[in-house]
Amino acid sequence: MKDWPLWEVFVRARGGLEHRHAGSVHAPDAEMALRHARDTYTRRLEGVSVWVARSADIVASDGAKSEQLFDPAASKIYRHPSFYVLPESVNHM
Amino acid sequence: MDNSLFRSLVQLGDDCLVLGQRLCEWCGRAPTIEVDLSLSNLALDMIGQATLLLDYAGEVEGSGRNADRLAFHRDAEQFRNALLVEQPNGDFARTIVRHFLYATYAEALFEQLSHSRDDRLAEIAAKAVKELRYHAEYSADWIVRLGDGTADSRSRMQDSLEWHWRFIDDLFHDDESWIDCAERGIVPLRQALRADFEHAVGAVLAKAGLAMPAKVRGIEGGRGGRHSEHLSMMLAIMQVLPRAHPAATW
Repeated sequence: MKDWPLWEVFVRARGGLEHRHAGSVHAPDAEMALRHARDTYTRRLEGVSVWVARSADIVASDGAKSEQLFDPAASKIYRHPSFYVLPESVNHM
Repeated sequence: MDNSLFRSLVQLGDDCLVLGQRLCEWCGRAPTIEVDLSLSNLALDMIGQATLLLDYAGEVEGSGRNADRLAFHRDAEQFRNALLVEQPNGDFARTIVRHFLYATYAEALFEQLSHSRDDRLAEIAAKAVKELRYHAEYSADWIVRLGDGTADSRSRMQDSLEWHWRFIDDLFHDDESWIDCAERGIVPLRQALRADFEHAVGAVLAKAGLAMPAKVRGIEGGRGGRHSEHLSMMLAIMQVLPRAHPAATW
């Protein structure tokens, strides 16, 4: 059981909402990972649907490169669509 | 008082209670935290079913006993659970085989009970059968994995099956009260469910590469209160606190 791979768990709280990352479980295969995810993360009515994905299959950005990847966005306030005057008839955009 | 109904409800409730308590004994001891949580979930389902059934039994009896009173203030010989569910946990194979056999039996039984002429029992069964479907599937999954696993896991599974098979006659025993309720359309005869049970068990065992256990001389007595010594030791731990402090609340 020490060689059980890690799986990331995503839970959809209600119909219409998106799946959100809930945590991870160890399991020998996908079917058991789903069972473990169900038993670990939906015990208190948290969800109506569960996804699991092998943690090893997730491609992540390099933490060491976070300056070059993400800092440049900080000075680009014009990328937010907040410089338009909305017509009064458009209330909640 | 409807004595047959009371006794039948106690049989149903005691199966759930005793197996639930057994599964609770795994808490903190399972091979991984995920399996620990799975077993605890199964346990809490069983305790929930026991509470509904024994509360109803207490109401039918009409002398003021509720589920807690029935659970904590009866001695072993007053319990009416099947011998199968009181068997010690043993290793993981023993626990999973015991649960597989019980859940396969109970899923079919509660499915029928959900059409009971007794509305309250039908309602309880309809809720329970959803849980039991998961229990049967979950334990069957492990039967296949471990039966079709290593030489060690395979032999442990086969041993566990042989060990538990002697209690199957007892599990399906219809006593006088149960037969009376069956005649009134409140419960199905357990014997009538047996052929399907053996078929369902056989299908999973075939998938797992395990052999159907050899015919053995069955041990009976659970429905009549004649239990193995394991039950009283389990109850001692389960009951010690409410017996020592009968008026305590929490």
